[in-house]
Amino acid sequence: MPESRRTTLSIREREAPSTALVPADELKKHLPGVEPDRQLTDWGRSERIEGLYDRTIVEFLYRYWFRAEVEGIENVPSTGGALLVSNHGGALPPDAAMISKAIKEEHAHPRPVNITVEHFFKGYPGFSMLVSKIGCVPAHPANVHRLLYDEEQLVLVFPEGRKATEKLYKDRYRLRRFGRGGFVEAAMRAQAPIVPVCVVGAEESAPVFAQVGLMQRLTGLLYFPITPTFPHFGLLGMLGYLPAKFKLRFLEPIYFDEEGMHEDKALVQTVAHEVRARIQENLFDMLATRKSVWFG
Amino acid sequence: MDSKRILITGISRYWGGRLAQALEAFPEVEAVIGVDNEEPKVELERTEYVKVGAQHALLRRVVEAAEIDTVVDTRLVVDSATMPSSRAHENNVMGTMNILAACTGSDSPVKKVVFKSSTHFYGCHQDDPAFFDETMRRPHPPKTGIERDIVEAEASLNEYAERHPDTAVSVLRFANVLGPDVETSHIKLFSLPVVPMILGFDPRYQFVHEDDVVHALEHSVKHRVPGTFNVAGDGVLALSEVAGLLGKPYAPVLPPWGTGIAASVARRIGVEIPPEALEQMRFGRGVDNRRYKAAGFTYKHTSLETVEKLGEYLRLHPVVRGAQEPYRYEREVEDFLRWSPHVKNTRTTAASALSREQLAELQRLLTSFAGTVDLEDVPDRAAEAEHRAVAAEQAARDAADRAERAEKAVRSRPKPRPEPSPAPARPKPRRRPVEHYDDLAQEEVIALLASLEHDDLETLRDYERDHANRPPVISAIESVLARRGSTV
Repeated sequence: MPESRRTTLSIREREAPSTALVPADELKKHLPGVEPDRQLTDWGRSERIEGLYDRTIVEFLYRYWFRAEVEGIENVPSTGGALLVSNHGGALPPDAAMISKAIKEEHAHPRPVNITVEHFFKGYPGFSMLVSKIGCVPAHPANVHRLLYDEEQLVLVFPEGRKATEKLYKDRYRLRRFGRGGFVEAAMRAQAPIVPVCVVGAEESAPVFAQVGLMQRLTGLLYFPITPTFPHFGLLGMLGYLPAKFKLRFLEPIYFDEEGMHEDKALVQTVAHEVRARIQENLFDMLATRKSVWFG
Repeated sequence: MDSKRILITGISRYWGGRLAQALEAFPEVEAVIGVDNEEPKVELERTEYVKVGAQHALLRRVVEAAEIDTVVDTRLVVDSATMPSSRAHENNVMGTMNILAACTGSDSPVKKVVFKSSTHFYGCHQDDPAFFDETMRRPHPPKTGIERDIVEAEASLNEYAERHPDTAVSVLRFANVLGPDVETSHIKLFSLPVVPMILGFDPRYQFVHEDDVVHALEHSVKHRVPGTFNVAGDGVLALSEVAGLLGKPYAPVLPPWGTGIAASVARRIGVEIPPEALEQMRFGRGVDNRRYKAAGFTYKHTSLETVEKLGEYLRLHPVVRGAQEPYRYEREVEDFLRWSPHVKNTRTTAASALSREQLAELQRLLTSFAGTVDLEDVPDRAAEAEHRAVAAEQAARDAADRAERAEKAVRSRPKPRPEPSPAPARPKPRRRPVEHYDDLAQEEVIALLASLEHDDLETLRDYERDHANRPPVISAIESVLARRGSTV
């Protein structure tokens, strides 16, 4: 495994020689055209594999296992780029798949959702092949920007990142820090709206009782949780979800129409806190009205 | 055409040769000069070859004497399988520095430098963006020798660009090149009966067709496009998709852990996977190719078409192999056919057969040359040229008559043979044929003679007689003149 620490170039570091600054909307015109006879997109997404995965596992989980309930789907824009920001939790959480399935099923103009995932997945054999095929992209600011601005697609981010999946059952639905606000910066740069999303049910479906640091180091995995089915049922035990009732709520979009907003770091932080607060508030509201973990 | 007098490094390698062939076709280009340690391997019409490697003092003299305005550096080695790493380092880092040193200085005639680089500059890592653009730095320091070389070579180019703000420095980073004529490690891998892969990885690949590489270099020569640009065909393919397009199964034969060891075992059995390719087979790489498009370049092939073209070639290749040997240009044979007094039947070879028109043209050229041998008294070149043109026209008419007569007497007399470089229409620099002639040692002079033209040789002979009067030099000039048929 190559080390994931971010290092910089040690030799002689110089900017690229006076690369002419081409306006971004000019570059947008030069995007490669769609090649309809291909089965894969430039991001490595495979319609065939994604469709298969969607029709089988996701369909089953969404309809029968989690019996997902969706509100506020109209808050997801029908056109243009938009950044969906959601809470995250549980071991190998199914929330990303449920959010994209909800948009596919309930929205008037269903669109594919690009799920940002840790760089870890690109470096781990097996995951590396699969993850990109079902519509996941590594969470790199440049990737998010290209998807939002140039390709005008939907992007789903979990600003809590792996801190969310590491948290234990007893800390459920308590949001971790929202990174460094990079997601807000990305949305502002692309002038794409942020749609906060709240998901209830994921934490109960795959509760984490403990994290084993030693095993994590030995296996080179992202983390090594103890769940009701993992590790004693093997790797497939990671998919052994409990049938908790899923509820998804899409909140009002936040628009950024001015140029250069992302340069104001204070504004970025304020918006990041605001988004986090809105999601947290709504989560507590949804939890308060939920009568049963399993039946909603 | 922005550039008129062009120097191409690495002329004996594939890219230098291809580019020289492409640039020769433009009438606006006055001079194409190719330098390398070895003879060119492709047929070149009017490119002048100078046998010089990356010695900056010699190159500088060539650049200054020929008033080169554009230097195209195509030498960069981007595949560590082609060369041991110490030689590659010498070529990539020291060579680039030397070539830039030859274009340094405020009095340098060089106004443009075009550098062929590679997207190996970015490397391949787990935390790469899906599409590198030109302003991004690589997230980690380079791990393989080739990548380190490329980063260092580009660093010296950036330094050069900073010091010479008036010189347009275009750095073109090419993605993996595929095509029937070029040889790369990836093409060798794709030629295997199955496409090898690392178990559990399906990396993203972007390709560029060999013709697009030549056109991209040509574009930077034709236009003034300073800056760094990615050059890669549209579309990013997964390796499994590439295998499908080639019509081959893919085999995840390399283990995800201990891949380096497996690769060294593969090397033993004759399948060479260089370290930079191994990294690419794990993480893959995509680049943003839009900036060069915005600079006016149009690709002829997408990544997909490039792979399809290679697939067609690979399917056809075993069938036609042997039956259709590609025409190889042998300089020695060509020279023999052109210059040897023993070649009697020159009409049979297309290269030296002269029609009446060509003969007239040749006569005109020679007349105009004859008018310019006198060195000192040419203050007004334009008037002189006009005068010469009128004279040449008259001479051409005479020549046509003479040619007719000559035709009849063709068997009794040795035929006039063409000039080595059929591009003398350009205004020749009115000065001593060799700069710093007096500083040169005897051997150096003799080594230079082969690249000089007829008139220059005559001037040189006279000059040498009047000054140093070294017998070996004079006899060498005489013999070169004799070989070129100085009686014409």
